[in-house]
Amino acid sequence: MRAAAKPLVMAGVAVVLLVLPFFVASYPLSIASRILAFALLVLSVDLLTGLTGLPSLAQIAYFGAGAYTAGLVSIHVTSNIFVQLGAGVLVAALAALVTGALAVRTSGIVFLMVTLAIGELTHQLADGLSLVGASNGLAGIPASTLYPGGSPLLLTAYTYWWALIVFAAGLAVAVLVSRSPLGRSMRGVRESPTRLAAVGQRTYVVKLVAFVVAGALAGAAGTAWTVQTRFISPGDLAFSVSAIALLSVVLGGAGTLWGPVLAAAAVVLVRDWVSGYVAGHGELLLGIIFVIAVFALPRGIAGVMSRSRGGRPGSIVAESAT
Amino acid sequence: MGWLDANVVSILNGFALAALLFLIAVGLSLVFGTMDVLNLAHGAVSLTGAYVGVALLDGSVGGGQFAVAVLAAAAIGLLLGAALAVLTQSVTNHLRQALLTLGIALIAGDVLSQVFGADVESVPAPLGLDGSIEMLGKTYPLYRLFVIGVGVLIGVVLYVILERTQTGALIRATVADRTMVEAMGVRSSLVLGGVFGIGAALAAVGGLLAGPILGAQPGLDTTFLLLALVVVVIGGLGSIRGAVLGAVLVGQVQTLGVALLPELASFLLFGAMALVLLLRPAGLLPARNSGAAAHS
Repeated sequence: MRAAAKPLVMAGVAVVLLVLPFFVASYPLSIASRILAFALLVLSVDLLTGLTGLPSLAQIAYFGAGAYTAGLVSIHVTSNIFVQLGAGVLVAALAALVTGALAVRTSGIVFLMVTLAIGELTHQLADGLSLVGASNGLAGIPASTLYPGGSPLLLTAYTYWWALIVFAAGLAVAVLVSRSPLGRSMRGVRESPTRLAAVGQRTYVVKLVAFVVAGALAGAAGTAWTVQTRFISPGDLAFSVSAIALLSVVLGGAGTLWGPVLAAAAVVLVRDWVSGYVAGHGELLLGIIFVIAVFALPRGIAGVMSRSRGGRPGSIVAESAT
Repeated sequence: MGWLDANVVSILNGFALAALLFLIAVGLSLVFGTMDVLNLAHGAVSLTGAYVGVALLDGSVGGGQFAVAVLAAAAIGLLLGAALAVLTQSVTNHLRQALLTLGIALIAGDVLSQVFGADVESVPAPLGLDGSIEMLGKTYPLYRLFVIGVGVLIGVVLYVILERTQTGALIRATVADRTMVEAMGVRSSLVLGGVFGIGAALAAVGGLLAGPILGAQPGLDTTFLLLALVVVVIGGLGSIRGAVLGAVLVGQVQTLGVALLPELASFLLFGAMALVLLLRPAGLLPARNSGAAAHS
């Protein structure tokens, strides 16, 4: 994209997203809200996988922490949407801090394994914990309000705009982080942890901060999801969701922020659109998308697994040529 | 002794689960150790093994018939493993290899649930092993003791092969330094393919043996994969002793944990993994020199 055209395109996309509720019906709009929440989840995966070189399957856990927290706050404390967002982000960031402190001690494929375990264990925890409705899910979440005493946000357009606001705020955070000194350190972790350590940076701290920021973003995405659906169940935290998020990052070009977001929208749309014709085969379809994506994808994710370099003979050429 | 007496059944169940987890996880661990491939379709291979039991075994089953089912599961696992080895070797990037096996796992899960339905299917234990015996004043299912025995037996055989034979030396050398093995004139891809096939065969047999205890149902593949991953993270990559230790720990945490704190069992499992990562990030008993060359 030409440098001059980029702001124009971005502004155009923003305007289209803003006025979308005036042109589409309620159901497609609710799908659009979910795509926005999912895209924010993908952004959080991208911060870790693309920018920091830590392929994470755990973000669904923090997404769930945010979503369940927002639901519980809404049921038991207040329907105020800002309190829900704040509480969800806080709980998700705390969960990311505690689990991340352990997970970032590893890297490469082992990190992927540990984060998979974190994600799936959270799924099972939600499935068994009666506090959050266990396998029935958390139902009866009241509609949110913007300010105390305000009218509940029942229209899909309002929850869509809220999802858009949360997404935009999350995107802004992601952009700021990636351009900050922290973002440069994160790229340093990806490219060469030893060199980063040699210039006096503590890679553990950089990885942990990145993990917590990404967890907070995933939590924000979770609260936006709950505000829209007003129901959250363990099924929303399924392993396949983290898998699609990671695939979107790889498909969209890890490290850029726009690519994975577009890929997220595309993957969700394709899945929802095609599954209308092959009902009940969502997983099958998803699997086929994965396999096709892996083989058809240009080799555009060099550096994602920087530790993998120097592995098999030949892989060095293949990976650094990109 | 009072506590032990009350929980002896849970502890034995833990060892039975450990035996199954060992069979499933050892392949995952060795494939990772030799090829650096994280095979996320490993749980699907195990579930396939369990469904082989559903398809072949019905009603009262003789020992011979059960043995045939075990061999069939092993053969199917071997084929699946070889196919996975070929597919993953055609992709160079490790993250994409993981995504590829993930896609295959999703496809396999859907196909299996289409063929066998979404209900929980049971697999009968073979005649002669379907009873219970009296132990320490408790009755205990004989089949679970049999599973523990099989786990120990296969563990010993694998250990001897890996540590005492020429083939084992070759595999250990491939774990330690693949480039050097290539330089000595050995086709490392053949070693890798063989390990992948045998690992998958063991996983399928583990799934089949799990059938009479856990049944077979959609979603069990993710559970198998998750538990095997935790076993490998706890035990350390690429080593049989690590897989044994990890399996025993996870087996006990799962059964004792579920018996004592049912709602928080996943916390306990995470806690065990967290503790190991905190104290020994490479796992309790990782392969010696594992990946030293690849990670330098």
